[in-house]
Amino acid sequence: MAAAALSMPEIENKAMNLGIDLSTIDFDNIVLPPGDDFGINSDDEDILHEEEAPEFETGYGNVIVVDNLPVVSPEKFAKLEGVIRKIYSQTGVIKEGGLWMPVNPDTNMTLGYCFIEFNTAQEAKEAKEKTDGYKLDKSHIFVVDMFDDIDRYMNVPDEWTPAEIKPYEAGDHLQHWLTDEKARDQFVIRAGTVTEIFWNDARQVRPDPVYQRQYWTDSFVQWSPLGTYLATVHRQGAAVWGGKSTFNRIHRFPHNQVKHIDFSPGERFLVTYSSQEPSNPRDTHRVVLNIFDLGTGKLMRDFRGSVDDFTTGGSGGLSGISWPIFKWGGGKEDKYFARIGKNAIYVYETETFILVDKKSYKVDNVVDFSWSPTDSILALFVPELGGGNQPARVSLVQMPGKVELRQKNLFSVSDCKMYWQSNGEYLAVKVDRYTKTKKSTYTGFELFRIKERDIPIEVLELDNKNDKIIAFAWEPKGHRFAVIHGDGPRPDVSFYSMKTGGITARVSKLTTLKAKQANALYWSPAGRFIVLAGLKGFNGQLEFYNVDDLETMATGEHFMCTDIEWDPTGRYVATAVTSVHEMENGFHIWSFNGKLLYRIPKDHFFQFQWRPRPPSLLSPEKEEEISRNLRKYSKKYEAEDQDVSLALSEQDRKKRRSLQEEWETWTARWKQYHEEERELRLQLRDGEASDDEGSQEQYEAKEVEAEEVLDVHEEIVD
Amino acid sequence: MRPILMKGHERPLTFLKYNREGDLLFSCAKDHTPTVWFADDGERLGTYRGHNGAVWCCDVSRDSTRLVTGSADQSVKLWDVQTGTQLYTFNFNSPARSVDFSVGDKLVVITTDPFMGNPSTIQVKRIARDPADQTSDSVLTIKGPQGRINRAVWGPLNKTIISAGEDSIIRIWDAETGNLLKETDKESGHQKTISSLCMSADKSHFLTGSADKSAKLWDSRSLTLLKTYQMDRPVNAVAISPLLDHVVIGGGQEAVNVTMTDRRAGKFEAKFYHKILQDEIGGVKGHFGPINALAFNPDGRSFSSGGEDGYVRLHHFDPEYFSIRM
Repeated sequence: MAAAALSMPEIENKAMNLGIDLSTIDFDNIVLPPGDDFGINSDDEDILHEEEAPEFETGYGNVIVVDNLPVVSPEKFAKLEGVIRKIYSQTGVIKEGGLWMPVNPDTNMTLGYCFIEFNTAQEAKEAKEKTDGYKLDKSHIFVVDMFDDIDRYMNVPDEWTPAEIKPYEAGDHLQHWLTDEKARDQFVIRAGTVTEIFWNDARQVRPDPVYQRQYWTDSFVQWSPLGTYLATVHRQGAAVWGGKSTFNRIHRFPHNQVKHIDFSPGERFLVTYSSQEPSNPRDTHRVVLNIFDLGTGKLMRDFRGSVDDFTTGGSGGLSGISWPIFKWGGGKEDKYFARIGKNAIYVYETETFILVDKKSYKVDNVVDFSWSPTDSILALFVPELGGGNQPARVSLVQMPGKVELRQKNLFSVSDCKMYWQSNGEYLAVKVDRYTKTKKSTYTGFELFRIKERDIPIEVLELDNKNDKIIAFAWEPKGHRFAVIHGDGPRPDVSFYSMKTGGITARVSKLTTLKAKQANALYWSPAGRFIVLAGLKGFNGQLEFYNVDDLETMATGEHFMCTDIEWDPTGRYVATAVTSVHEMENGFHIWSFNGKLLYRIPKDHFFQFQWRPRPPSLLSPEKEEEISRNLRKYSKKYEAEDQDVSLALSEQDRKKRRSLQEEWETWTARWKQYHEEERELRLQLRDGEASDDEGSQEQYEAKEVEAEEVLDVHEEIVD
Repeated sequence: MRPILMKGHERPLTFLKYNREGDLLFSCAKDHTPTVWFADDGERLGTYRGHNGAVWCCDVSRDSTRLVTGSADQSVKLWDVQTGTQLYTFNFNSPARSVDFSVGDKLVVITTDPFMGNPSTIQVKRIARDPADQTSDSVLTIKGPQGRINRAVWGPLNKTIISAGEDSIIRIWDAETGNLLKETDKESGHQKTISSLCMSADKSHFLTGSADKSAKLWDSRSLTLLKTYQMDRPVNAVAISPLLDHVVIGGGQEAVNVTMTDRRAGKFEAKFYHKILQDEIGGVKGHFGPINALAFNPDGRSFSSGGEDGYVRLHHFDPEYFSIRM
């Protein structure tokens, strides 16, 4: 303020000299010429500078330029404006005074373009998408651009300059975790605000920390399918992390408000998804899907639209979408991705990121589809139509070419679910059919043998047709499957094999386990072993079952368990209680045969995920050979195990001894104090025999006879 | 041995105390009437009627003649153990939370809750040999700790008073001057409300239990943290075995968080830990509700637990207990 330069009396003096009566001046109404502060700093400005400058909407993201308009005279100006306004108020709300059509001042004719400002950038984008190429008449086809883009186009240099080639930098060793000497597996957990990665050190019976970070992700983390990357999700987009010693950020994938992410199975692409509240409550949610190249971080293609475009036909229900929207096919090469639409499947190829054969695959009323995990084969399900006149069908279609390999018609079907075996050898279709009365349903299975000639189909019905199917699961890489079926609180579990009987293979039942407390099936990724789990209502009953020998190896319980996951090698099982409820949060690690190795309680436990491994590089023959000579190999590891357990018990002994010694020094000191204070204590107790002697004090049991006069009653006896 | 179920209280238990010989067990509950039981067979001997609010704590004199009880009716009462008659009533202007006789039974330390604008206090009263001479004057009044002081006990030789409570800090005060001598720091101390505190028989160390799901063992002269016993539930009650190197810790989820589906969900077990190795030895189940009170018989051959369910369970150890190897 002025006070900094002049004090108040000085000002008064000066005013007196100048003949100004200060009392008549309203200081608040003095306006200095703009841009000049007469060397006086305003204190208002200081405050502004101290605080962080507020962010303004600086861009013109909500403005579009419409080109190729008719050039009209002033008489027709209003009419044209009306037409434009009509066209563009369909796509969004034009701001007040947001339509500006410049006029040539010399000729008074319009210049053939106009600017339109919408309320939001979202609306502007939509308007551009919808009206770019709009035919007003034959000679006037709209060219619509974002106003922001014009700057960008102007900045493109006219001369081509060769791109600067950066020197090659060796990338981080992203597969380093696979070279662990002890062949341990990693897992990630999220508890509270902290995300942690551990080695599962089963020999030491504890997790061994690798890396931890607070506020690493805004919502969840996810390993890529081969374990190379860990993806984190933020408000601004997704990021992937990986590396040799710590987790470094490898790429960022900008996508505002990203909600879901999905990797392609071969780790070539990342799909991100967001949906946005509509500005007008009657509209549907707007959906944005981006597909990025994981290797380069480049956006390969984006899809935008209303949520309805992405939910049609799917099993997503009325309002939600079913994630992932895009299903990946063509095996590990990530050749195709596809989504379902109204009466069509949209199959894209990743070479060009356009539709295969440049058009969608028309299938009337298709409601569900899935890819074979290994081949470019689509399985489609079309429900019954016309009140049963047109049967429901399941068909297998080869891509590219859209050749129908096999089709099966099904009658009085209420619902279908498809389960592929992990090698793509078998497809099981669970079919719910109406009974004759149409009042209830019963379930059967249609089993397709994909790899055999003509793809034979077999029908499997349970022994008791009315049993409800609670769970179904294929043995990974195997020929067996397990089904939980039955009504009531204790369902049965049955195992079937696809490989029995003579030349023409037939499905046959291996065994049925009666009355199990199970509602979920978890096969070991290596096959053979399975965990029958009773989650939720069954409070976490676990049964570890060996399907080769058809025997229970162990039973266990992880009270209130919500999630179960096998490690990628099939050696360990993690059971977790996540934060669906407040209590018991944490996880347990079990061996494959049901021995509880260790447990870690964690409050606010959100997520447990094993780091996946890429498939083994050994040929099947080699693997066979190893399993035949297992004894030879195992010797080395057994010796190592022994060493570790010896070292552990030695450690334990040492620790115990030191604890005991430490304790003894304390107690010795206490004893000493106690002795020293004996006299003082005696005084405090007025010389009464002291305390510690309680156990030594001699008690004497004495029988005391006491007579008490209860009542005196006088009676005269005659 | 099968536990003896002692049903005499109508409301949740709050405190349990054995007399020095270990033949009597005093129990306090929210139902206004402290009760005395035979510690051997659980037979109810009698009750002490007179309080008009939940009874939070009690202590019995060394010669088992005097009982002192602190109650939410804003009074601390002195009783004749044998006859059950009220000898004296100390009145306060807020609920009394904890009471403890000094060595020699000439002093008693009482804590009062913060109430109606009054801060929580620790007060020392002199106990006269003859109840007729009893006065209500406080020898010492300490103010300072924020929130409830859940327990205050005498340190060795009555020289110090050790207090713990809602502010999760353990403090050692000079019993003469009322000066603060020591307090626990953030790193080693508890993170949440300390619910219970139990002295060892020779007053050399003590055990505290806290809502932060841990129990900690401290040196009562230097306030050094000796051991930490990590639990998976809030701790309401602790006790130190006078015979073996064991501690017993009880607690459970707060009643509001307990689902009604399964009693295991609440973790209402009394857990035994090895005092030195800090390893869990085992658990004693039975209560249908959190455990609020635990006490060891001075001979170390039995212990009792009091629960939110209103029962006192008296457990005599089996012979196997004494030969547990760790």
